[in-house]
Amino acid sequence: MSRRVRVNPIACEAHGMCAELLPERITLDEWGYPIVDGEPVSGEELAHAKRAAQACPTFALLLERQG
Amino acid sequence: MNPADASMLAPPAADHAPNAGSLPRLLAGVSDDGGRVHVERHLSVHGGLPLVGGRRSWRRREESPLVEEVHRAGLLGRGGAAFPMARKLQAVAAVRGTAIVVANGTEGEPASEKDATLMELAPHLVLDGAVAAAEAIGATEALIATCEIDVGAFESVSLAIEERSAAGIGGSDEPSLRVVSAPSHYVAGQETALVNYLDGGPALPTFTPPLPFERGVGRRPTLVSNVETLAHLALIARHGARWFRALGTPAGSGSTLVTLAGPVARPGVYEIALGSSLASLARAAGGTTHEVRGALIGGYAGAFMPASRLRDVALSEEHLAPHGARMGAGVVSLLSTDACPVAETVRVARWMAGQSSGQCGPCVHGLDALAGELERLAQGAGSGEGRLDYLATVIARRGACGHPDGMVKLLESALRAFPEEFADHARHGPCERCASPPELPLPARPVSGERRRSRRATA
Repeated sequence: MSRRVRVNPIACEAHGMCAELLPERITLDEWGYPIVDGEPVSGEELAHAKRAAQACPTFALLLERQG
Repeated sequence: MNPADASMLAPPAADHAPNAGSLPRLLAGVSDDGGRVHVERHLSVHGGLPLVGGRRSWRRREESPLVEEVHRAGLLGRGGAAFPMARKLQAVAAVRGTAIVVANGTEGEPASEKDATLMELAPHLVLDGAVAAAEAIGATEALIATCEIDVGAFESVSLAIEERSAAGIGGSDEPSLRVVSAPSHYVAGQETALVNYLDGGPALPTFTPPLPFERGVGRRPTLVSNVETLAHLALIARHGARWFRALGTPAGSGSTLVTLAGPVARPGVYEIALGSSLASLARAAGGTTHEVRGALIGGYAGAFMPASRLRDVALSEEHLAPHGARMGAGVVSLLSTDACPVAETVRVARWMAGQSSGQCGPCVHGLDALAGELERLAQGAGSGEGRLDYLATVIARRGACGHPDGMVKLLESALRAFPEEFADHARHGPCERCASPPELPLPARPVSGERRRSRRATA
């Protein structure tokens, strides 16, 4: 099952943990907020993405099922 | 639906069926002095609202014939997004639970007055539309949301609800109707913000999903629809899709309300056929009183167009699309040659940045940075073009609502419409017109006690 990384921009407070744990998919803008690509993640990357989502202090990183 | 059903929908109200190809529709019965259409006049002009064949609850799966009629009419939302109304009705009706209707008349666009004008002058059409929509989707309740500064609209709709019951319209079968006054900041009318407010929260956008159609006011499936869209629905329920399509273009059917501002003899709210030319609108308003440099079309999430493109342009989605513009909320603000388009853009950009609800980082920081970059450009600090492009790319699609995207589109359109003016300011700083009085309206921070009242509408 492939997933997609998404940010809840209201919840996000620019802690930046996600960009450290999933640098392949997430970069930070100049204010520290994550920029994610909308591409599906799977396999080993999915494990990293899950860890990044769990590490977010405000639960702002979501792993959504692909429609 | 076959034609026989269609005629059932529009019963032989022959004495009330106005000539399909003529205007006004929504503003029919509004007297020359801009008088309000009270209930008796409403009934004599439009006739009563026919039974629309609704379903009593979501448990009855069959679709209301009105939904099919609206689909055939091709009615698109008039609040800004031009979303197909039939699809919205279907989406809400398909969700389990008793639905609710929210008629959105909050009209956050500073340059738009058409929703408040419609509610003030023809409140019964808006109520009829809310009732018809409610019956079609099995809703038991309809809320009409007005903007707190539009006291006239609030009072007119409140009075109309009293007039309805005094006139014996509706009765116990009818969905309950209530007017609610909502805050006036820019994003307050965004549908998730409005739902949030009606649920007792702040009027701020929420993260989606869930969208209001799945879980809205009181966690119920919620139809949030612009008040003008509902007024059109009320006429489609009476006269049918074929009548509706007698005006407009194939992709943009019917009439629409526009708010015309700027150097014309009689600025105000006009009802036009979609697809009619901007030139004919200006003529209806008594012609221009000053040479025109360009126009803002749609609203502050809309697009600027230079004068050279205005001469032949028609007002509909398909005619505006090649110019990167949209009908939006029906705003047509003409800029005179006295105005500096750069200074006007800078003012709007700074105001839009200040209207960020402060929830999403990329919007809070990005819009402020974008406005600052423009201010530096206007002062002659160089074009900073790379920086503007970069900011536009970084900001777009990163907010919970469309506010940052709207501002990016507006700025891109300004740079496209007035390239020489921007290049000139970047090199030489302010021009002599930069000090001209502002032409595009910007509300000061909503002050309590501030009221918009007098309205003029023309068909």
